[in-house]
Amino acid sequence: MTAPTKKLKVATTSLAGCFGCHMSFLDIDERLFTLLEHIEFDRSPLTDIKTTSPDCDIGLIEGGLCNAENVHVLREFRAHCKILIAVGACAINGGLPAQRNHLPLTTILEEVYHTSPGLANGMIPNDPELPLPLDKVHPIHEVVKVDYFMPGCPPSADTIWKVLTDLLAGREPSLQHGLIHYD
Amino acid sequence: MTINEMHAEAVAGVVDRVVARHRRDPSNMVQILREIQEACDWISPEAIDRLQATLGVPRTKIEGVAGFYAFFYTAPRGQYRVLFSDNITDRMLGSKALIDRLCNNLWVERGKVSEDGLVSVGQTACTGMCDQGPAMLVNNLAIAGLTAERIDQIAELIRGKVPLAEWPAEFFQVEDNIRRADILLDSDLKPGDALRAARARAPSDGLHASNMRSWREGLPTGLGGPAATLDEIKRANLRGRGGAGFTTGLKWEACRNAPLKSGQQRIVVCNADEGEPGTFKDRVLLTRFADLVFEGMTVAAYAVGATKGFIYLRGEYRYLLDQLNAVLARRRAEKLLGENILGIPGADFDIEIHLGAGAYVCGEESALIESLEGKRGTPRNRPPFPVTNGYLDQPTIVNNVETFAAAAMIALNGGDWYAGIGTKASAGTKILSVSGDCARPGIYEYPFGVSVRQVLEDCGATDTQAVQVSGPSGVCVAENEFDRIIGFEDIPTAGAFTVFNKTRDMFQVARNYVHFFQHESCGFCTPCRVGTSLLRNLMDKLHHGAGSPYDFAEIERLNQLLQSMSHCGLGHTACNPVLDTIAKFRPYYDKRMMQQDFTPAFDLDRALGAARQMTGRDDAAAHLATEHGGKA
Amino acid sequence: MSQTFTLDGKTIPFADGQTIIQAAADAGVFIPHLCYHPEFKPHGSCKLCTVKVNGRHTASCTMRAAAGMVVESDTEEINAERRALTQMLFVEGNHFCPSCEKSGNCQLQATAYHLGMMSPHYDHFFPNRAVDASHPEVLLDFNRCILCSLCVRASRDVDGKNVFALSGRGIQTHLIVNAKSGQLGDTDFTLADKAAHVCPVGVILKKRQGFAVPIGERKYDQAPISETVGEGQ
Repeated sequence: MTAPTKKLKVATTSLAGCFGCHMSFLDIDERLFTLLEHIEFDRSPLTDIKTTSPDCDIGLIEGGLCNAENVHVLREFRAHCKILIAVGACAINGGLPAQRNHLPLTTILEEVYHTSPGLANGMIPNDPELPLPLDKVHPIHEVVKVDYFMPGCPPSADTIWKVLTDLLAGREPSLQHGLIHYD
Repeated sequence: MTINEMHAEAVAGVVDRVVARHRRDPSNMVQILREIQEACDWISPEAIDRLQATLGVPRTKIEGVAGFYAFFYTAPRGQYRVLFSDNITDRMLGSKALIDRLCNNLWVERGKVSEDGLVSVGQTACTGMCDQGPAMLVNNLAIAGLTAERIDQIAELIRGKVPLAEWPAEFFQVEDNIRRADILLDSDLKPGDALRAARARAPSDGLHASNMRSWREGLPTGLGGPAATLDEIKRANLRGRGGAGFTTGLKWEACRNAPLKSGQQRIVVCNADEGEPGTFKDRVLLTRFADLVFEGMTVAAYAVGATKGFIYLRGEYRYLLDQLNAVLARRRAEKLLGENILGIPGADFDIEIHLGAGAYVCGEESALIESLEGKRGTPRNRPPFPVTNGYLDQPTIVNNVETFAAAAMIALNGGDWYAGIGTKASAGTKILSVSGDCARPGIYEYPFGVSVRQVLEDCGATDTQAVQVSGPSGVCVAENEFDRIIGFEDIPTAGAFTVFNKTRDMFQVARNYVHFFQHESCGFCTPCRVGTSLLRNLMDKLHHGAGSPYDFAEIERLNQLLQSMSHCGLGHTACNPVLDTIAKFRPYYDKRMMQQDFTPAFDLDRALGAARQMTGRDDAAAHLATEHGGKA
Repeated sequence: MSQTFTLDGKTIPFADGQTIIQAAADAGVFIPHLCYHPEFKPHGSCKLCTVKVNGRHTASCTMRAAAGMVVESDTEEINAERRALTQMLFVEGNHFCPSCEKSGNCQLQATAYHLGMMSPHYDHFFPNRAVDASHPEVLLDFNRCILCSLCVRASRDVDGKNVFALSGRGIQTHLIVNAKSGQLGDTDFTLADKAAHVCPVGVILKKRQGFAVPIGERKYDQAPISETVGEGQ
């Protein structure tokens, strides 16, 4: 990797995810320093920047789409990032949150807010500040075009490192045995 | 005794009678299940209990078979089970409004059973009445020529719980609509004449007690009647009329030469599972020319040395069963079937009718054989082929209804006569089932070589933009191709000829066909099972205005995959209607390519609907605008 | 074994009656597969083992080897088609690997790794399928069923029980068990049955056994599935 004249802008976010993929990203440890010679972080929980710059090079999306806000964020990423990467099982197939998909949303809300033991006169939150849940949790490629995928729960630090360094070097990312994992 | 016990007892009585009639033979499972359902309205767990006990087969096998066929119900579907034919021609004739009318009339939701359990209204694939649609099946009996008035009458009969047997007979009237006849539809063959001619062709053929082997085993080529008959079939250059066009003589010869293991016999099967949407000529042949077909089967039995025959009749033609059985009984009485046919000792052959139960895939010959054996209609792995390992592993020929009719005429008049009709590459005639936008839909028999244009002229089609020849698995012919001819050398066909005038949206035609394949995929192999559903979803996506160039590329990819990886012809051809219409009627697709960029297949705003309803919110943030998602 | 065919240019000897996949396995060449198992009659339904024989696609588990055949298997074109099939299987069911006890020992997953499947590509069907926990020793999670019918064949042909069968049609095809209740607990199935040990995915699972081997150290974590060629599975 030769040092680029201009650092690539990388934005990251977690939609319906657990931030585990972000933790795994941090697990690349001291290689982060090498990485930072080539990239700068834009919107990301690591920087606490709240909106993406319109000229991001790479967007890393953790998590699937569970609610309206997830959709807005994903659309913003797609619009602002040249390369969009789905990171981890939830972004790729909905993951754990999608295991509610066989239940009607009405049944779920009913159970959670009305009929669960211990709830008295519960009501479903309806504050306009709160994003409404979608009827099903979707992986992100069902809503926007996704350029690359890093499977895993989470993808290992080595997987993340390999994909990013391949891209920085202008190569098609390619993962050998041991780096492709769905678990 | 509780009501449940009484029910179980009554069901057991039915099951026992049906099982006894079928000689406790599990290879009659499909017939057994059909008859149980006819008596009990559905196949209840109690019926399966009894069946398991009396037939001695595991429950899994019974439920596996019952679950495969669309016309078998393992949950109650009402005393009256209405299924509207859902071919594109039914739709063009206004079937959708009629379905809604009946549903409203009966207070029943489409696809569901009415609350009182009296009636269900659903849809099924083409029922073979395209020349007289819209059509429906009520408890598997065909009613064609539906009108709003007729629908209201039917609703009243159902509400009044009038038994089907007491419904007006004219409701069940099915027209033949023979518009052009040639050697088959003009045939006045006297029963037995073709057989006698076949035998006379080689007087010393050995149809005698002194040489019974000739019927059962055949004789070396060039010797005797069976071989001479086979020679005539070959000389006639007869090719299968079911669509694939395999040379009949070669198939028969392979069967005849296949070794028989001890206790085995050769089998002749008539494929009357006319399921290709838009095809209905076999219905007319079996209605008006049953003797010709049975005679052809007997000729085939004579030629290959078979002793057992089956007609696999599609379940939609259940109404033909009694009259066909009557013809078989008469032929037995006339010594044209049964033992010692034509009084010749050892000349034994009989025919049994098996009904299908709503599975298009059973038109594929190895799936058909599985179904005849009482199994799920899954196409077999081949080789081995049916000619050596067919019904119950015995040498079997499977031919189309029309092929047998032609074979009878060849036996009567000789192969040279037949080869002189049609074109050099395609001998004989072809019966076309003409429907759609034309003044005179019906049955047209032409010598091979007739042009599409000629047929259109004859049936009174005007302003035609396309003809779907040979159904969804066939080819879509556009106006600039109307001089192409019907024949193996140009447009081969199983017989469907569906006409579309310029007011028709060819995208919707293709979409209807794609839904058909999705519904009829047997589910055995991964590419077809999942691929036909993916393809249906893509076509629906285009229909809903969410299509982009991305989806076009996906369709192409799926087509490639289905063609190379599928187990049988259903999967191989499932993309044909889409590819043809994309190639020839692109503007209908362009009109639907509403999006330049990738767009989700589902409506995001609608996906928030349940949450809006539960929270009572309708503010701006409670909605999602349609927005595309990146360059496709 | 004097007869041979070529597989991706390599000469493969075969005995009379052997299928392509059998002869290849004997020669140490891996052809991806899911519904094939050396101990059972081939089924030919998953189509993962499709190869090109003299230019024509065919399932190598059902096609008998013949002298002089030219077979292609490990090509970019065929592997792309196989990858699409695994993607179809993933979206057809509910395959959430992180929460599946079979993860790491799953043939579907390992085959997808082998084929470089980075995403399921298609839109998910998210079907609604039940879990059957009625049996004292064994759990059935139909969400992961790929309809390979190995349990059907094992139960019928080895155990002589017919505990399993496929019912339904098309995309509705599903596994059923031999009980009026539809519950495995009401069948004569036991953990000793062959059928309890042939599921290539995580449908038929022994109860009360979880994470005995940590994720990351399981069978296909140790070595890719292509290196298990010739094993029983």
